[in-house]
Amino acid sequence: MSTPSSFDEFLDGLWKQNPIFVMVLGMCPTLAVTVSAVNAISMGLATTFVLGTSCLLVSLLRHAIPKQVRIASYIVIIATFVTVVDYAIQAISLDLYQALGAYIKLIVANCILLGRAEAHAAKNPPLPATTNAIGMGLGFTLGLFLIGCVREILGAGKLFGVALFGDHFQPWVVMVLPPGGFFVLGFWLITIAAFRHINKKRNAQLQGAQP
Amino acid sequence: MNNDSVANILLTTILPGNFVLAMFLGMCPFLGVSQKLSTAVPMGIATAFVILVASVSAYFLNMVLVHFHLEFLSVITFITVIACAVQLVEMFVKKTFPELFRQLGIYLPLITTNCAVLGVALFQTARHYNFAQSLAYSIGGGMGFTLALILMAGVRERMQLSNVPTLVQGAALSVVIGGLLSLSFMGFSGIGGGE
Repeated sequence: MSTPSSFDEFLDGLWKQNPIFVMVLGMCPTLAVTVSAVNAISMGLATTFVLGTSCLLVSLLRHAIPKQVRIASYIVIIATFVTVVDYAIQAISLDLYQALGAYIKLIVANCILLGRAEAHAAKNPPLPATTNAIGMGLGFTLGLFLIGCVREILGAGKLFGVALFGDHFQPWVVMVLPPGGFFVLGFWLITIAAFRHINKKRNAQLQGAQP
Repeated sequence: MNNDSVANILLTTILPGNFVLAMFLGMCPFLGVSQKLSTAVPMGIATAFVILVASVSAYFLNMVLVHFHLEFLSVITFITVIACAVQLVEMFVKKTFPELFRQLGIYLPLITTNCAVLGVALFQTARHYNFAQSLAYSIGGGMGFTLALILMAGVRERMQLSNVPTLVQGAALSVVIGGLLSLSFMGFSGIGGGE
């Protein structure tokens, strides 16, 4: 982040091109593991790590990989780092590993990774490629966290495992079940669309005011 | 070892444990290719075929990996085999149905990064299914995926005629429809001996 341009790229992934809310990519883990905020954050960070390291490697090897076999090479690079993360999480916390289950390994099949490797890392030098990848990864984490928060608060009455309401709180069980994932994601998509809509209107008014 | 009967696994993966609506596998094509019935059906069948191929090869690959104590290579080998299977399907569709090939566009090669395909390979290994169980699991998974895609396409074809508020258009609408479908599929829970 030494130059403003690379900082811009970092922000790009975090908000303007947020993988979940704007590009609607990587939906499978988004919906499957966001039952609690902790799960969501760990999944996001695991994905960020894989994204950062594999984009760095793809970017370093971008002149060495022949065009015809590039997708296969990217997938193998990504799968390597996913295996690393899989074993690392298993060593750090077995509970977390069981909670996330096969979805850690399924990071391989997350469209964001292949999309970033193909669209950005393969065309840029290592530094901006990595910055962009980490920005995207953190944007993904942010999205997962927002969904995880809502689902945990409503579905279990807790946040980070700490009870928020009194004993008479009746959890909305549906929020922890699969349909809840769809509904919360839909809720966030609509909220963000509404924000963008208001912003656009305001900008248009501002431009209209200045002749 | 897992003792679920083959029929149970088949039923469970089609209805209550539907890959798309209950396990969130294969969301990208579910949201991406479900605009029209005419593309949803072939996409579902193509994916179901790849799932079957992937499952069978993953079963034997896993036997080899376990024999040589190389389990840590499972992700890499599975994804490579899946990529080859997808390439095969792509060439076949391009050769025999060029019209369809154009319609499916980018989503055909993207079957490689369809979580459902890798998911079948990983879950059947994690649950220690034997060959018949794996086969039932993959066939059920493929059928469930196709079913979800067709249902979604049916609803979305209707939605094109209705007046939807601007804010909700696009992804948000599809996600909410997905939620409603998922809710209705929960009504099937209990079929096939539960989870």
